[in-house]
Amino acid sequence: MRPNPPDRMTDRLLFDHIDEPGLNTLEVYQRRGGYEALRKALSMPPEAVLHELEASCLRGRGGAGFQMGKKVSFLPKGGMDKYLVCNADESEPGTFKDRELMQKSPHMLIEGIVIAAHAAGATRSFIYIRGEYVLQADILDAALAEARAAGFVGERILGSDTSLSMVVHRGAGAYICGEETGLLDSLEGKRGNPRLKPPFPANQGLYQGPTLINNVETLCTVPSILRIGGDEYAKLGVATSTGTKLVSISGHVQRPGNYEIELGIPSREIIYGLAGGPPEGRTVKCWFPGGSSSPVLTGDDLDIPYDFDSMAKAGTMLGSGAIIVVDDSTPILDVALKVAKFYRHESCGKCTPCREGTNWTVTMLERIDAGEATPMDLEIMASVQEHIIGNCLCVLGDAMAMPIGSIIAKFKDELEAHMASKRLVAA
Amino acid sequence: MSTVPRFAHGSRVPGWDMAADLDKDPATVPDPATTSVPEELRADIEGHMALYPDPRSAILPALEAAQRVHGWCSPEAIDQVACVMRLTPAELVAVATFYDMLETTPVGRHSVYVCTNISCSLCGADELYEAMRVAAGDDPEFNVRSFECLGACDIAPMASVDGAYVGPLALSDVPQLLEDIRAGREVLPEKQLARRACADPGAGS
Repeated sequence: MRPNPPDRMTDRLLFDHIDEPGLNTLEVYQRRGGYEALRKALSMPPEAVLHELEASCLRGRGGAGFQMGKKVSFLPKGGMDKYLVCNADESEPGTFKDRELMQKSPHMLIEGIVIAAHAAGATRSFIYIRGEYVLQADILDAALAEARAAGFVGERILGSDTSLSMVVHRGAGAYICGEETGLLDSLEGKRGNPRLKPPFPANQGLYQGPTLINNVETLCTVPSILRIGGDEYAKLGVATSTGTKLVSISGHVQRPGNYEIELGIPSREIIYGLAGGPPEGRTVKCWFPGGSSSPVLTGDDLDIPYDFDSMAKAGTMLGSGAIIVVDDSTPILDVALKVAKFYRHESCGKCTPCREGTNWTVTMLERIDAGEATPMDLEIMASVQEHIIGNCLCVLGDAMAMPIGSIIAKFKDELEAHMASKRLVAA
Repeated sequence: MSTVPRFAHGSRVPGWDMAADLDKDPATVPDPATTSVPEELRADIEGHMALYPDPRSAILPALEAAQRVHGWCSPEAIDQVACVMRLTPAELVAVATFYDMLETTPVGRHSVYVCTNISCSLCGADELYEAMRVAAGDDPEFNVRSFECLGACDIAPMASVDGAYVGPLALSDVPQLLEDIRAGREVLPEKQLARRACADPGAGS
């Protein structure tokens, strides 16, 4: 476990001076040392930059937690067109960290993209931002124009051999477009249906070319890694979860918001220490540690260290780093119904287990609420979740099945009591 | 036996229950000679098409641009985009029906998306949405709808008003919010997300 709680962690890497007025402009960003990491990276051969990324052990911040350096190394070598796509379609319920980064420090993202593209040999890049983020997309567009004019993006960047074009592409409202292959289809101008994997995007992605896809926060971390060095970065956090992470915390807490923490601190310090815990007189009933797609934990699990492997060991996942706290005043059925309805709405309809499973889960939950359910329904519902997991092209169905399955397992008594009392009322 | 509304869940395709007209000619790309496209819209779409290796990638930005001009993805708007992009209208409709922000039926000019996903609903978003709907009534200017997570759970419950995020909203804010929209003012300036400071005490400025 880390010796440093977050309030004693003096250095913020991503949130350093985040509220400084004008940080979204090139002038202020450069005054704060911006684009120095890019100069350094461009003076190094791509392999050396890749080595730094691998040494940092940075794990992707979008949800899957795959090592970024490894992902870059999967791209084939050679002179073909390669693409870098920044996934800024932040739609996982409870997640809003990328929004704050793009709004307040857009140049950090642009710098990270150029460095990552240099390492990967990509010559075209796209930022796929969700259409709802109008303000953030406008800010990115303005920042990109500045960066282009200053020669940080475009042909022969800063006189080097590296060239990179960049486009801010706005989505139009679909959760599934945050899934990497759904995003690629959407970026190609199609419905955002996920693709069969393999082939993985590293081999055949955008326009069938090798494509590196990374989350905003991951790419924003890249300049810091170049600045302090991959080995130094790897000293932050814990062995298998290095570095700092933005945590979006919301729901029943007194100070919701984004916090930069060092991975591996106890979850209690985030929920109670930083966010102030639930309102006076209430206790934590359950919490989602990584967005609404992660299996829930209860008030007994608050001392689990907040890092990728500890969360996996506890049967859940760190996901996008979005903690949603539910206090004891909320019936668990309401939580389950909200979550299930969301995935039903967002299922693209391509794979049967997800399309039908999400729909029937909602129907059965509604039946419980209407007093029409029998105790057997809980078992059926649990088995529906098991049949979704692993049986679809993407993990949207799993993303409902995991939290709903965990809610049924952990709050069975409450659901049964709810069922019985509603039946009594209905009779 | 009660009838099951088979497509009532998730189908966002208008006309799913209408019989297909099998005698109709296959769709064609609209003829530029007979399809008039506003010059600005054409330039906008062509500008987007030039950004991508495959011009087809510009479909979403093009539909959004047409929606800004026409208010929704009307058959006329779809035809204009199809004409400029050299695609059949059907290809565009297939895309437009997939996305929540592309309107395939006429809607009010001002969009008010109330987030009713988990974090916001824990903070009272369902009541807020109901109040917003009632207060807007049948005013044709407003397009009040509930929306999935808008990515602003720190200001829950919140709404996106013509793209600008505001929150946390109390039920008592609803009349002022609608009044601000009607008057063409910035909505609830003190609750705009754009001015909110970072919650992290270690972030600093």
